[in-house]
Amino acid sequence: MNNLILRVVSKILIPLIIVFALYVQFHGDFGPGGGFQAGVIMSAAIILYALVFGLDAAEQVIPSTLLRVLASMGVLIYGGVGLVSLLFGGNYLNYTVLASNQIAGQHLGILLVELGVGITVFSVMLIIFFAFAGRGRI
Amino acid sequence: MDFFIGHYNYWIVIILMMLGFYTVISKGNLVKKIVGLNIFQVSVFLLYISIGTVTGGAAPITTEGVVLYSNPLPHVLILTAIVVGVATTALGLALVVRIKESYGTIEEDEIHECDHSL
Amino acid sequence: MIDVIIDVTVLAFLTITAVAIVRMTNLFAIVMLFGIFSFLSAVMFIGMDAVDVAFTEAAVGAGISTVLMLGTIALTKDRKEKYPGGHRPWLPLAVVIVTGATLVYGTLDIPAFGDLNAPSQKHVAPYYIEKSMEDTGVPNIVTAVLASYRGFDTLGEVVVIFTAGIAVLLLIGGRRRKSDVAGQAGEDDDE
Repeated sequence: MNNLILRVVSKILIPLIIVFALYVQFHGDFGPGGGFQAGVIMSAAIILYALVFGLDAAEQVIPSTLLRVLASMGVLIYGGVGLVSLLFGGNYLNYTVLASNQIAGQHLGILLVELGVGITVFSVMLIIFFAFAGRGRI
Repeated sequence: MDFFIGHYNYWIVIILMMLGFYTVISKGNLVKKIVGLNIFQVSVFLLYISIGTVTGGAAPITTEGVVLYSNPLPHVLILTAIVVGVATTALGLALVVRIKESYGTIEEDEIHECDHSL
Repeated sequence: MIDVIIDVTVLAFLTITAVAIVRMTNLFAIVMLFGIFSFLSAVMFIGMDAVDVAFTEAAVGAGISTVLMLGTIALTKDRKEKYPGGHRPWLPLAVVIVTGATLVYGTLDIPAFGDLNAPSQKHVAPYYIEKSMEDTGVPNIVTAVLASYRGFDTLGEVVVIFTAGIAVLLLIGGRRRKSDVAGQAGEDDDE
């Protein structure tokens, strides 16, 4: 993997892909996008890094133990938002009670839930990719 | 003729679906079977979205001055189905990798031979 | 009119790609054609106003799926389908034609493509379209339905993805032992 052009171009591209993923994640309320797409785009950035700079370098950027923690974190954030709304006296996953008025509560709830989805999708896609790529070495 | 114009979309999607189905049941190579399964899956998505389409409707993002939108419900269902689809595809491919490691082949016929010769 | 032309063109390309996938024997070509198929279907989704779905399909179907399939081909080291003819193509062909004919018969009752008065357009969809802005303040109706109205549904989907990740880790996570690679097939490695 000593292709100079690939290395330079991907070093320019990877930050842009990550910024785009964050844009998709947090702008998903207003335009097309959301947690599912953002997670996949974010993992595509790391996959590109792994393909160009090698698997070991990518695993130093984001260790697989961290990925396993993150995958469960996403599901926990999602479920936790539901539990918090239960504690505040609403139904499970009823975000209205999270803030002072309905619009603000729903907005906060949707943002948090999408964040949970994004984190889980990002880390599960990377877990799967690392499992496939890591199988090749002995 | 109106009936044809109103329905050709469904029919072509069904043809695509059957091409995927044919690949799954007639080909012996496991990777090709999974590609066939994915074609089938994408065709089902196309059928769903076709049902939710409204002629002259806008994409379902609230905009000032637009009253006619396409049906957002199939979009939601299919959006999640696509991501779940890739997760199940990954699971299938992982099984293929394990089969290759255990049997030394990913051709269905040779796997059957291995099983019978035990 | 331009809608119909785009629609027919993309559908024709989709069919050609699918037929090519069925007839090809080179696995690498099949996987790349599947990537093309995914992108074409994303174009089709945009044509049918489903921008979020098109976005997801382009990122997931054409991106991640293709990478995973290429990874599988690299691991299994099979480059070609060995028995391209299959043994008896007639039985599967008959099954497929009968199933397809049944499905086409089923579409005869479906309202025409793009019909505003179809039952699917009259159920809960009008409520979502009219009320989502005042209920949630989120302009993207798909996001509002996905995360708020149907939050339980999405919670289930996230758990499914999480489970699939765990299952893949159980199946092929971890490295193979040297003895397994060098030697006999059949022994289970549970690392």
